[in-house]
Amino acid sequence: MAKEGIGAAVRRREDSRFLTGQGHYVDDFNRPGQLYAYIRRSDRPHARIRGIDVSAARNAPGVVAVYTGEDLAADGVGGLPCGWQIHNKDGSPMAEPPHPVLALGKVRHIGDPIAVVIAESKAQAKDAAELIAIDFEDLPAVADVRAATAPGAPRVHDDVPGNVCYDWHIGDLAAVEAAFARAKHVVRLDLVNNRLIPNAMEPRAALAECDVTGNYTLYTTSQNPHVIRLLMGAFVLHLPEHRLRVVAPDVGGGFGSKIYHYAEEAIVTWAAGKLRRPVKWTAERSESFISDAQGRDHVSHAELALDEEGNFLALRVSTLANLGAYLSTFAPSVPTYLYATLLAGVYKTPAIYAEVKAVFTNTVPVDAYRGAGRPEAAYLLERLVDVAAMETGIDRIALRRKNFIPPEAFPYQTPVALQYDSGNYEMTLREALKAADYEGFEARRAEARRRGKLRGIGISTYLEACGIAPSKVVGQLGARAGLYEVATIRVHPTGSVTVYTGAHSHGQGHETTFAQIVADHLGVPYEQVEIVHGDTAQVPFGMGTYGSRSLAVGGSAMVKAMDKIIAKGKKIAAYLLEASAEDIEFADGVFRVAGTDKTKTLGEIAFAAYVPHNYPIEELEPGLEETAFYDPKNFTFPGGCHVCEVEIDPETGVTRVVNFVAVDDVGRVINPLIVEGQVQGGVAQGIGQALLEHAVYDANGQLLSGSFMDYTMPRADNLPSITVGTESTMCTHNPLGAKGCGEVGAIGSPPAVINAIVDALKEFGVKHVDMPATPEKIWSIIEAHRPRLAAE
Amino acid sequence: MYNFAYHKPASLADAVKILSADPEARPLAGGQTLIPVLKQRLNKPSQLVDLAALGLAGIKVSPTALTIGAMTPHAAVARSAEVRKAIPGLADLASWIGDEQVRHRGTIGGSLANNDPSACYPAAVLALGATIKTDRREIAADDFFQGMFTTALEPGEIITEVAFPLPVEKSAYEKFRQPASRYAMVGVFVAKGPKGVRVAVTGAGQNGVFRVPEMEDALAKSWSPDSIAAIKVSPDGLVSDIHGSAAYRSHLITVMAKRAVAKAG
Ligand SMILES: Cc1cc2nc3c(=O)[nH]c(=O)nc-3n(C[C@H](O)[C@H](O)[C@H](O)COP(=O)(O)OP(=O)(O)OC[C@H]3O[C@@H](n4cnc5c(N)ncnc54)[C@H](O)[C@@H]3O)c2cc1C
Repeated sequence: MAKEGIGAAVRRREDSRFLTGQGHYVDDFNRPGQLYAYIRRSDRPHARIRGIDVSAARNAPGVVAVYTGEDLAADGVGGLPCGWQIHNKDGSPMAEPPHPVLALGKVRHIGDPIAVVIAESKAQAKDAAELIAIDFEDLPAVADVRAATAPGAPRVHDDVPGNVCYDWHIGDLAAVEAAFARAKHVVRLDLVNNRLIPNAMEPRAALAECDVTGNYTLYTTSQNPHVIRLLMGAFVLHLPEHRLRVVAPDVGGGFGSKIYHYAEEAIVTWAAGKLRRPVKWTAERSESFISDAQGRDHVSHAELALDEEGNFLALRVSTLANLGAYLSTFAPSVPTYLYATLLAGVYKTPAIYAEVKAVFTNTVPVDAYRGAGRPEAAYLLERLVDVAAMETGIDRIALRRKNFIPPEAFPYQTPVALQYDSGNYEMTLREALKAADYEGFEARRAEARRRGKLRGIGISTYLEACGIAPSKVVGQLGARAGLYEVATIRVHPTGSVTVYTGAHSHGQGHETTFAQIVADHLGVPYEQVEIVHGDTAQVPFGMGTYGSRSLAVGGSAMVKAMDKIIAKGKKIAAYLLEASAEDIEFADGVFRVAGTDKTKTLGEIAFAAYVPHNYPIEELEPGLEETAFYDPKNFTFPGGCHVCEVEIDPETGVTRVVNFVAVDDVGRVINPLIVEGQVQGGVAQGIGQALLEHAVYDANGQLLSGSFMDYTMPRADNLPSITVGTESTMCTHNPLGAKGCGEVGAIGSPPAVINAIVDALKEFGVKHVDMPATPEKIWSIIEAHRPRLAAE
Repeated sequence: MYNFAYHKPASLADAVKILSADPEARPLAGGQTLIPVLKQRLNKPSQLVDLAALGLAGIKVSPTALTIGAMTPHAAVARSAEVRKAIPGLADLASWIGDEQVRHRGTIGGSLANNDPSACYPAAVLALGATIKTDRREIAADDFFQGMFTTALEPGEIITEVAFPLPVEKSAYEKFRQPASRYAMVGVFVAKGPKGVRVAVTGAGQNGVFRVPEMEDALAKSWSPDSIAAIKVSPDGLVSDIHGSAAYRSHLITVMAKRAVAKAG
């Protein structure tokens, strides 16, 4: 292995830039003559707009323009498109109510954009926005999925009865019912997957300009600039691709929330064209809370049927998923194909049926957030398995082992559409239990008891599907896009290399990892490889970064492009070395006539390709640059085992995570340092979801946790030192063998935490604690059982 | 934030003059509350009068009082050897207000003038029976706090210093932090000093900081956690929010009080 090749723990090369303040984020860009946009948003969860008077705002100092939804509609601006269509049980398409860029007639959630003020300064825009007089007629609102689906509930959209966007299902209901009929045990669980607010460190921002020839550039905080160009250009502003450049420069975190096409991008781009001046918008943190797509928010009922010995016979799940007030770009896919297809988990459950009702409410739209559907599935399943162990009296680890899909069963077809290519669940379980000293736990529990603390241990053996995904498959499932990835490899005349990737790095360390892959594959020094991403004018195309796809799909596109480089290089080398191309071998950056010492370096070949004096110019084009589109053959299936140990203070109900072990199978590891960082960050988010984070709306749609004063982000002192291990089986269908590591931490950890809490409280006969497991929830459980314990 | 005029007067008299002449003018101390409020446009003062150049920062000890200047930042109180010696509970309280940045900007005067129902200092000031000195008078702690964000201060009145009577025999603060803001969800300061045995609770009351006479009586008889273990503050009048119900806060008051007593030794 080369010093900086595949597998080396290279330090992230982007970090010196970020740590010294040299990163260049959207808000750091400023264009001559730039104007500032400020958006007047709804402070009502649901209201009819009877009138908007913008005259005072228009006349305020520094104001250049004020626009409302009517102005945009009059100019032919379209609504925000949805990129995924789900079909109902009866085959009819989902409800797809309009999603105007600026509100038309009604507002449907706190934060819904109503009007934009564009002024010479940000302060002037903000001052003027207060002068917009809006005549609202408040309407009854609904925030919770159960309330929204109750008879007589207020309608979020007039033409969506019952607020149901779709009523979808998957699996074989008859087989499931038959299995339940003959089951020895049936265990049931109701659980909530709490709504989260992503809170990327960098708030969203957009800056657009339009030059004299009508060419537009949009700088935006996006995880996928090409997707934004496609959606905004084609559906909203009707701008052809060649006139629209989208740049996503350094982006400070996304976690999914920066995948989507947002109103503000369309507003500033449209306004820049109207006004012929650059227009910038930067979210304030309080706007992020009410305008970034939020995550999760499921209410589910689950049932597992088991036979006498504890073999899983069937699983039945029914879920209500909150979509918020409008369909965000990929929202419909999250509680369906990214969720219910994962309900087999690591188990050979032969029959599964899941039904999902997706529901509109007067809340901020919900879309994919780190893990997207898969954390919801893993949480449900891993909680349910623990409940099954509790109720059948079978040890929770033995029960898991009994039902694992064994290593020899791969490729394994699940009853919910997916086909797993590889995995070894026993291996990750074993290693995690060892690293966590599971055997020694009871002694630690007893020791904690002497200190007056309740100690518990919990595990989760989770699975996820990522590297999304074969275009044909996702097309059949309702995606309105392909999900391949693109790479161009440009070998320069002196042999250094620039890589143009359609993946986008916003914290993942691509500039390092991708350079390692290319250095390794082409045998060039790591320092001589540069990664370019995030600009539609430089990168041919791309679908972006989410769903842990950058390495598995984007990295594979690079390998494919490099293979083309090597194939061409062999032809050039054959010509120069007077041999036939079939006899040329390539290794470590050197082309060699097999079995001889006749060689040419990649640099020499590149030079010959660009200065083609001595070159097979009749048969080969000069230059050394190749582009590849790689369409994945399947999802990848990372998985593993997380072990969490908690201590509860019974007097206050405070839970402390005292030990956390994550052993994940992420396939081939390119850079162990980066994998560890990704897992650590994901686990921090997972612990945050399990214990702290909660977007709380009151019954009327007011967001009660609308700032960091009330929304609890995990902080360093909430977290233990996390032990991260990797145990790999290779992905069998991509050239890198890589599965992806971006989401495993956030997927595997929440059930491990809650399982540990339930274990710690086992003497109280507790079956389940909903997330976030706040001190008050736990104290209430203990309180409720105190009299009984005292009596015993 | 809206526009305002900014002044940094060099004498207390000048500061008082500006503030008295204009009811819309506000004093500015560490800005840790005021600036966020301005940024959210929740307040629209015409003028800000920065108190930083008035010589109001500093800590003095005499045999009968520990006096802390209004502009003394929390960090200075936390690390002061004099405070640690005279009233260890007070130094401890200051050491876990907010974060390092907040502790270096936020001041005792600002905290008391603001009287946030979940602020920490009000509990110490009330439990220790301190006196709040202003540009014009002295106000006893028992008279100073008048409900959420409300104090005895008159418009334009500036706190200059806070005098804590000495000697203090026992003092300790225990804080159950609201998980997001990390202000006090329930903070209890227990003290035994010249003003007797006192227990003050912050974070929990709908009207801000308050004393718990039953606990004070019990502790005066026997200073031990057990002596107050059975004393409950009624949930009526306590705050209920997404972080904790009144019943939970009521329970936490007893737990924090017990722990504070144990900590005070
Ligand atoms: C992130 C964060 C966390 C925090 N956590 C805590 C915590 O855990 N516990 C806690 O107790 N506090 C906490 N605070 C509050 C902080 O500690 C300050 O005490 C508080 O903000 C007020 O002090 P200041 O000096 O910043 O006052 P300023 O913000 O400058 O002023 C506050 C108010 O008091 C008035 N004022 C200021 N000084 C005087 C004076 N001398 N006379 C008359 N009026 C005056 C001002 O006009 C203003 O109305 C936190 C603050 C932040 C930002």
